[in-house]
Amino acid sequence: MSDIKGTDNKSAVPKDDEEKRVGVFVCECGVNIGGVVNTKAVAEYIGTLPGVKVTSVNKFTCSDSGQADIQSKIKEHKLNRVVVAACSPKTHEPTFRACIEEMGLNQYFLEFVNIRDHCSWIHMWEKEKATEKAKDLIRMGVERAKLLEPLQASEVPVTDKALVIGAGVAGMQSALDLADMGFHVYLVEKEPSIGGRMARFDKVFPTNDCSICILGPKMVEVARNKNIHIMSYSEVKAVDGYVGNFNVKIEHKPRYIDVAKCTGCAKCSEVCPVEVPYDFNEGLGTRKAIYVPFPQAVPLRALIDMDNCISCKACSKACESKAINYDMEPSYTDVNVGVIIGAVGFKTYDPEPRHDFGYGLYDNIITAMEFERLLNAAGPTGGHVVRPSDCKEPIRVGFVNCVGSRDKNTNIYCSGVCCMYTIKNAQLLKEKRPETDHTIMYIDIRTPFRGYEESYNRSRNLGVKFLRGRPVEVTEDPVTKNIKVRVEDTLTGEMRNLEFDLMVLATGIVPNEGIGQIQQLLKLSKAADGLLMEAHPKLKPVDTTIDGVFLAGCASGPKDIPYAVSQGSACAGRATIMLKNKKAITEGITAVVNPDVCVGCQVCLSMCPFQAIRMDEQGVKANVVKALCKGCGTCVAACPTGALEQSHFKNKQILAQVKNVFKFEEVAA
Amino acid sequence: MSGVAIAKTDGWEPKIVAFCCNWCSYGGADSAGMGRFQQPASARIIRVMCSGRIDPLHVFNAFLEGADAVLVTGCHIGDCHYVSGNDKTKIKYKYLENVVRELGIEKERLQLNWISASEGEKFANFIRDVTAQIKKLGPSPLKPEGVV
Repeated sequence: MSDIKGTDNKSAVPKDDEEKRVGVFVCECGVNIGGVVNTKAVAEYIGTLPGVKVTSVNKFTCSDSGQADIQSKIKEHKLNRVVVAACSPKTHEPTFRACIEEMGLNQYFLEFVNIRDHCSWIHMWEKEKATEKAKDLIRMGVERAKLLEPLQASEVPVTDKALVIGAGVAGMQSALDLADMGFHVYLVEKEPSIGGRMARFDKVFPTNDCSICILGPKMVEVARNKNIHIMSYSEVKAVDGYVGNFNVKIEHKPRYIDVAKCTGCAKCSEVCPVEVPYDFNEGLGTRKAIYVPFPQAVPLRALIDMDNCISCKACSKACESKAINYDMEPSYTDVNVGVIIGAVGFKTYDPEPRHDFGYGLYDNIITAMEFERLLNAAGPTGGHVVRPSDCKEPIRVGFVNCVGSRDKNTNIYCSGVCCMYTIKNAQLLKEKRPETDHTIMYIDIRTPFRGYEESYNRSRNLGVKFLRGRPVEVTEDPVTKNIKVRVEDTLTGEMRNLEFDLMVLATGIVPNEGIGQIQQLLKLSKAADGLLMEAHPKLKPVDTTIDGVFLAGCASGPKDIPYAVSQGSACAGRATIMLKNKKAITEGITAVVNPDVCVGCQVCLSMCPFQAIRMDEQGVKANVVKALCKGCGTCVAACPTGALEQSHFKNKQILAQVKNVFKFEEVAA
Repeated sequence: MSGVAIAKTDGWEPKIVAFCCNWCSYGGADSAGMGRFQQPASARIIRVMCSGRIDPLHVFNAFLEGADAVLVTGCHIGDCHYVSGNDKTKIKYKYLENVVRELGIEKERLQLNWISASEGEKFANFIRDVTAQIKKLGPSPLKPEGVV
């Protein structure tokens, strides 16, 4: 920890005798603020407050000219505190900190007041009240600004290794890019093979190329790369530390196979007497209790599903390389990494519990993923699409879009990929068996990217029918097991009664299992849709609010393959900035002990989840380890003597804000 | 004009001091803005890094200065950016609540809520609900004369 610079107690000693010269810069944010708040009146009022030497209103304070205005006024009026009243500090605080730092001011002499998100945007039709509120908020900010003290941000060394969680196409891309730039990558995958969801698709839109044919070589490339350490059938169990220095505990679940000896010959599977539904094929067909996940699996090694193994030991006899070990226990690896990329993927919406559109009630209704496996040459039927009730090849096929998407009862968001994969699935079957008849029942057809609209046109030309409407009634013919659907064609207003041999539900993208665990381990935020939140939806789409942690792929919202791959590369790029510089900057906000006041009661020790507070050598005074302190201030609120203070959020600073929420008006006699 | 007199006019807007943690509820307030969820202009947000930093001292001071209500907000339990700061908030809040009741302050005037950074609508609804409750109660009995 000796190589961590910054934040010593000395730099936090305030020079209270210095005259406070505050400059207040009110931003109009175009009309976002200016259209609601009377910025001129606000500036005029703020100018009357003690200590405020200058006020300025700018159309866009964050623009070049806005920042130049701040800098020139700092010089002209010898300002030593700056208040910016604009948007959210969460997006723009760094901009203005850098701006005032260039003028030689400590960056923590900036106070940021939010008069857009917290004022003009939420009081759009109450202009006077919004103006009064803006005055209050800025007055609070000015009084706090006067009490701000200088701090130094810390610089922490960064371990030049990365952890990628999830080896789907996004995670693999991150790992490959980082490895090619020369960094060591631990690639952790909870399934026994890397490849993720894409390995299960038959073909991918809009080009209709075979999914595993383009993914397989990439999987092999990952396996061959000397900088990538694949940990398959493994899960992250604990994450400790901070940017540049994460300590991660990884559990390797027992495969009951010595992967160093196993050759993937699958002779063990041949003799295994146990057959269970094959998860890789969405539960269609069967696999053995000892099995190789799928023919292109990486690593191409068998594993035993112990829940279903009957311990007959037939596999052990069949295995020539003596790779089977029934007594295998979970093992653990501790790794130290500088950055973490979360590419934890998605699962598809399960229509079974709600019996959406009759799924689970009638045999001949399947999900698109099941259809995908039926289409696949390596699937349970060798590529023949058959219906479950009688294994006959269907002629009339209905597709229902937006199942588990764009629906208030399930998920309100659009999954973005279902229109395209339904179009692709209909095309594929139509091409295989031209006599088939396809009807896609949709709300809207969404084809936003290159080649997508062309693919839609192609399916129309092939004769696929598009019907705008959602089925209102789905029943089964008790004899033929055909599916009968009542649906309104909303373009003609006509009620239609249709009959299908097979109906396919386009199920949407939902958060993957275990996403909650990853969220808690990495301390990320979850959005309303249950997926993880990025630092900024537009400008920081792969960053998170945790320094050194990035997100790629469907973990942060539904995405198609090119988008997920781009994000994988983007994460690698963002991570490289830290890995290459070998250092990261962390906030200077920490807890500080005043040893003269500390009585050594140790209440604070139990408050700190980071073990950042320790007793000094004599065991009489508390001591904050700055590199471990995350600056939450929980210990400060618990300290009974007031010996602990949180820099930048000292009691006097907070109370100055509290006091200035209000103003005193002379009571008329 | 005294506080009570203002309350009798229709336009009276209570003043609510809302303590928000940097990571969740402050973000929730930002999301409310981004989603343009309109709400009464009653809340004045004070940002702290974690709800665990909110000291009873801050809350009592807010009441003494003239707050008609004080809101303590943070991340959902289990989602704390600092692992367990909000667990400590929850424990502290129980005591705080009792003391505030002892002082004769109505329960509506001190409220705790967990709001994530994505719950803009929840944040707006919370402010709307609290404001409506406080409007019914009128200004805080602790509000000093002449304070607005």
